[in-house]
Amino acid sequence: MRTQLPVAIAFLSGFIMVIAFFVPESNLENFSQNLLTFVTIVGGFTLLLGIVSILRANIQVVKKRGKEWGFKLLLILTLLIMSISSFIWGTHEGTVYHWMFQNMQAPMMSTMFSLLAFFIASAAYRAFRARTKEATILLITSVIVMLGRIPLGQFLWSRLPEYTDWIMAYPNLAVQRGIIIGAALGAAAMSLRIILGIERTYMGRG
Amino acid sequence: MFQILKLLQVASLSLFLCICIAYSHPAQAENDTLTAEIASPVDLAVKDTPDDGGGSLTLSWKPSPDDKEKIGDIDGYEIFRASRGDTTLKLITLVPDNTTSFTDTGLDNKEEYIYAIRAKNTPFYSPLDYSNFARPKINWFRTNRTNMLVLLLIFSASVLLYIRSAKGGKSLFIRKLAGLEAVEEAVGRATEMGKPVLFIPGISELDEIQTIAGLSILGRVARITAQYETPLVVPVLYPMALAAAGEVVKGAYLDSGKPDSFKPDMVRYVAGEQFAYVAAVNGIMLREKPAANVYMGAFYAESLLLAETGFAAGAIQIAGTANPEQLPFFIAACDYTLMGEELYAASAYLSKEPLMLGSLKGQDLIKILLVGCIILGVIFEVFQIGNGFFTKLFLEQ
Repeated sequence: MRTQLPVAIAFLSGFIMVIAFFVPESNLENFSQNLLTFVTIVGGFTLLLGIVSILRANIQVVKKRGKEWGFKLLLILTLLIMSISSFIWGTHEGTVYHWMFQNMQAPMMSTMFSLLAFFIASAAYRAFRARTKEATILLITSVIVMLGRIPLGQFLWSRLPEYTDWIMAYPNLAVQRGIIIGAALGAAAMSLRIILGIERTYMGRG
Repeated sequence: MFQILKLLQVASLSLFLCICIAYSHPAQAENDTLTAEIASPVDLAVKDTPDDGGGSLTLSWKPSPDDKEKIGDIDGYEIFRASRGDTTLKLITLVPDNTTSFTDTGLDNKEEYIYAIRAKNTPFYSPLDYSNFARPKINWFRTNRTNMLVLLLIFSASVLLYIRSAKGGKSLFIRKLAGLEAVEEAVGRATEMGKPVLFIPGISELDEIQTIAGLSILGRVARITAQYETPLVVPVLYPMALAAAGEVVKGAYLDSGKPDSFKPDMVRYVAGEQFAYVAAVNGIMLREKPAANVYMGAFYAESLLLAETGFAAGAIQIAGTANPEQLPFFIAACDYTLMGEELYAASAYLSKEPLMLGSLKGQDLIKILLVGCIILGVIFEVFQIGNGFFTKLFLEQ
């Protein structure tokens, strides 16, 4: 029963979604849309699980004064302040939640994202070292593409952007499409395995 | 007496005209201010909108001769609608000039509708052009998706055929996937070093097929960590993935006969935002120093932030994603990378079950079919054979 019921639900849901893709009957379309809405609702309820998980893991460390317990305490406090303040005063402009989001959370997230520039530089340095024939081709191609995308490239040679566009539009796009077609077929095969109940590994047992 | 007769004459003439108009068109437009300063659009036709679930009619007409190619020659076309039994036409929309079709939605499938159209160029209006009566109906199949249905049927048939032949005991050859072969080696290394294994099932919700593929691989990794009693850390971004990953890991530990080694905190919800998640996971990498990092699922801008940190921390790294734009980052920063379909094939590859492997072979057959179609399509289009058959088959439908 533990595996049969989820398999039956997966089969019915998948089958209905496939039928709704081909049959434009409005009730069927509404039903498939409702199924998708249902996923969002279930996701909302499971948020409670997430909060329980995060509190359980961090409260234990704080209680035992474990490693870096101060950071854990800060996490618990900010979680409580942001959630409680949003319940009491809402999330609109001028509230505690909004101030904390705009002045603390958003700049911290932007900082994390901006670190990507440095990581790209270090990864590119490793990837573009001309140790093999393939790596040398990659290096030459990347130099053409990078120079062709900036004004300096056009200044050095006016036709460089044309070559950049050709590389992006033909060899690069062809490889990307090959990967996408393969991935789409793989996703379809996996979906078929799930709908037919052959693939059960995602349920924990089997 | 003469005046009464004249009044009766006018009244009867008016009545006659009214009857004539009522019989020629069942309804008249609201605020009808007809002038002949602008020519009317002609041949207004109305028919059921194809490939829809009903409640919609599509109108088409030939433009007014005064509506030249230049935009702004006239204001546009006013479209009126009435159902059978209505006494007046109701203005429903004004479409711009150079438009020759309109789809009216939100209609009742049980009603019959008539439409009228006139050109508008303020302050002038053309005479009305009337359509026939039409009723919207439910279509039971989207004919524009026939090619996809055919492909789906062939695909399903080939997968089922190979599954059947695999069930019959036929051995199926599957090429080696180095990334998956390396999983056991990576966990072994972590065990020797006494460090944990970090598994990241992507940053998408459970409705993403890549996340499900990632969870399937997590089951396999968890079985190995259970056997070796190696600590496992699975940080997740979404609570629904938390519940599913928790079940997968718990199931793997039960299957391996090590239920006591399972700790609920192995699977952790660390953040609900993409970059907050990155900060949390990078913190785990730098503090707990896992010896093996496995990234399997849907990744976006955070892929390199995670993989480069893992590289700097000195972990052996195995990644897999179907997002082609993130693959170069993983290839640059990881030891092994599963590309696109390899991620989906992983669960079948690892399980070695004939049923699962059969689906991979079926998938390969369709790939050959598609490659054949691409080659034929190129030949047909380059040499202008077949009157654009392949373009119609794959693009226009």
